[in-house]
Amino acid sequence: MESLVFFFLAAFAVTTAVLMVLQRSPLVSAIYLIANFFALAALYLLLRAQLLAVLQIVVYTGAIMVLVIFVIMLLNLGDEARIHPRIAIRTWVTLVLAAGFLSEIAYVFSLAGTPAEGTALAGGAESLGTVESMGGALFGKFLLPFEVTSLLLLAAILGAVVLAKKKG
Amino acid sequence: MDIPLPYYLCLSAALFVVGVAGVLTRRNAIVVFMCIELMLNSVNLALIAFSSFLGSITGQALVFFAMAVAAAEAAVGLAIVIAIYRNKQTVDIDAMNILKW
Repeated sequence: MESLVFFFLAAFAVTTAVLMVLQRSPLVSAIYLIANFFALAALYLLLRAQLLAVLQIVVYTGAIMVLVIFVIMLLNLGDEARIHPRIAIRTWVTLVLAAGFLSEIAYVFSLAGTPAEGTALAGGAESLGTVESMGGALFGKFLLPFEVTSLLLLAAILGAVVLAKKKG
Repeated sequence: MDIPLPYYLCLSAALFVVGVAGVLTRRNAIVVFMCIELMLNSVNLALIAFSSFLGSITGQALVFFAMAVAAAEAAVGLAIVIAIYRNKQTVDIDAMNILKW
């Protein structure tokens, strides 16, 4: 049952990602990316990372993608004239990457015959991704990075205002 | 039946390669930006998978920080796109060649 859910979500995520790259209209691309983010959030739930699954939807689809769609509509962007550029080198690099990835997958599945570690979730995985456990980690072991993150967000807010402000 | 770790890693690698292909082939700056978000998310998936399979919280904490950095990157990146559009009336990355020689 769980593997059925996994394969459905994986196929959905890859399909929406490919459709996002192939779409001409940036707005439709953004919609496909949102669908992809929902599939990833469900995969996080499958991995028992409850808090991050919620944050994925709230932060990525709720904040970042709304900002992206807002900018697309603000600039009133049309469709790209042609997706495949005349420069062949980009296409070749893409093909080489895809070939490397395919060989990697073939290698991994050739290893699948041997009993490997990591065939089951760790014993305490259910209690690992809860708000309580994440909060304990963020305010304990990762307190300094957590505080530095607030500085980073402050700098990003100021930078965005300065960059997008009209010169005058 | 539990899903083994390599399946998650394969999915993560697939999403990452799709993101790279998008960055290399698309010419709209905002779509390139969305492809970068896709790559960030694929790495997040790999980190969470390792975290759950090893029973360690560190991977999930890293994903938390990656999300914060992605939010900051979105704000600044889109502000840059707007500033470029105001100057050049386009977001085509082939038109942004002022630093090329």
